[in-house]
Amino acid sequence: MSNVPADLRYQKSHEWARLEADGTITIGISDHAQQALGDLVFVEAPEPGRHVNAGETCAVVESVKAASDVYSPVSGEVVAGNADLGGQPELINSDPYGAGWIMRVRPDDKAQFASMLDAKAYAAALAAETH
Amino acid sequence: MGLRTPLFDTHVAAGARTVDFGGWDMPVNYGSQIEEHHAVRRDAGMFDVSHMCVVDLRGDRVRDYLRRLLANDVAKLTQPGKALYSCMLRENGGVIDDLIVYYMNDHWYRMVVNAGTRDKDLEWLRQVAAGYGVAVEPRTELAMIAVQGPNARAKAASVMPPEIAQRALEIGPFFGIDAGSLFIARTGYTGEDGFEIMLPAEHVVALWQGLRIAGVAPCGLGARDTLRLEAGMNLYGNDMDETTSPLESGLNWTIAWDPQDRDFIGRDALAAQQASSDTRKLVGLLVEDRAVLRSHQKVIVAAVGEGEVTSGTFSPTLQRSIGFARVPARTGDRCEVEIRGKLVPARVVRPPFVRHGEVAIAL
Repeated sequence: MSNVPADLRYQKSHEWARLEADGTITIGISDHAQQALGDLVFVEAPEPGRHVNAGETCAVVESVKAASDVYSPVSGEVVAGNADLGGQPELINSDPYGAGWIMRVRPDDKAQFASMLDAKAYAAALAAETH
Repeated sequence: MGLRTPLFDTHVAAGARTVDFGGWDMPVNYGSQIEEHHAVRRDAGMFDVSHMCVVDLRGDRVRDYLRRLLANDVAKLTQPGKALYSCMLRENGGVIDDLIVYYMNDHWYRMVVNAGTRDKDLEWLRQVAAGYGVAVEPRTELAMIAVQGPNARAKAASVMPPEIAQRALEIGPFFGIDAGSLFIARTGYTGEDGFEIMLPAEHVVALWQGLRIAGVAPCGLGARDTLRLEAGMNLYGNDMDETTSPLESGLNWTIAWDPQDRDFIGRDALAAQQASSDTRKLVGLLVEDRAVLRSHQKVIVAAVGEGEVTSGTFSPTLQRSIGFARVPARTGDRCEVEIRGKLVPARVVRPPFVRHGEVAIAL
């Protein structure tokens, strides 16, 4: 079973988001997503300063097996991309909710974050997907 | 639920993620595909290949039968136990399957064919056998483990009874021996040394556990695919099938044209194709950018034409993307591949990419 931390928000497309103390939102892919993709080999994280819309492709993660788009759960300005992933894409496999974060966004509207799935709803969505 | 090998529960207990492969539920990895890949290149890994189909062919005219059936020539096999890789063709030159055949004695050859093609293979084997009085016997009671890597033979021998271990270590490359309930062959699909061991299904879990204790890493189909691609070995269904001939699949070396009077099935079609100028070939590709080749991506060869990637992956040994592509015969040493909407330059290279743990192409 994959790990679904209770303090994060999620999308059905397997991104997670965390509201930071400074009002920015950190985004990555879930443990389930990294397990399904297998060993990651390339990550294309967005450049700071770029504006992304909710539902837009903001990053690409590529594993030995497949490439997958990462969809931004919120609209806003990218304030940081995780530069460590350039040389160590496997951080997403080893620590998807920590060192494997993909980008940090300053949201246009915090309500988009609030409307994301909570851990319980995401875990239920995962259970439904595997049946 | 798909078909399961006798090791299925063992894989699940070891934390394997499973996928459907040709109708079989098979382990794709036990955690990290890349670590499994490196285990085979650097030490020893093992694969459950019990889904593959072992077929014994027996009869007084079995040699004549196989000389008609296969594009390669079993007359090359003069020493008992020697193995041969070959394609089995339709009359039109399309590849029904690729296989390994072992010469056991003048009345018995053992063949190993792919899992996904098993039914049509057996049908074809029997259809051709009718004219030769050959018995086609699928050995469904046998399981098979491939143990591969520089330390694979030593580690595998350490779990065998001493007298069998001794014989196993004396097996020459591309030979197999019938050792009582074990059939041990020095063959594989990774570009490394090792054994493929066939044994009755009821003993396979014990062998797997023994190998595990001896330090052999369980490896899934994910690593098997990256290893075989690095080793320049084709995968049936990806790199060739009934719509392509061996000439278009990088398998010219497996066609035995001599002696010229050997009338193997598909020979006329291959000869006609060889005489034609409008042919395709299978080449290796190496990508220098941060992009990964995948099956069915379009290949563009400037001023020559187009082709298609047949297999592609990220090579853990080279840390680059590699693959095979079917391209026009006049393709030179460069091309471009359409990867996720972008044209990415690629170098055309001659596989293998990696052999016995060493990089085998210029990077």
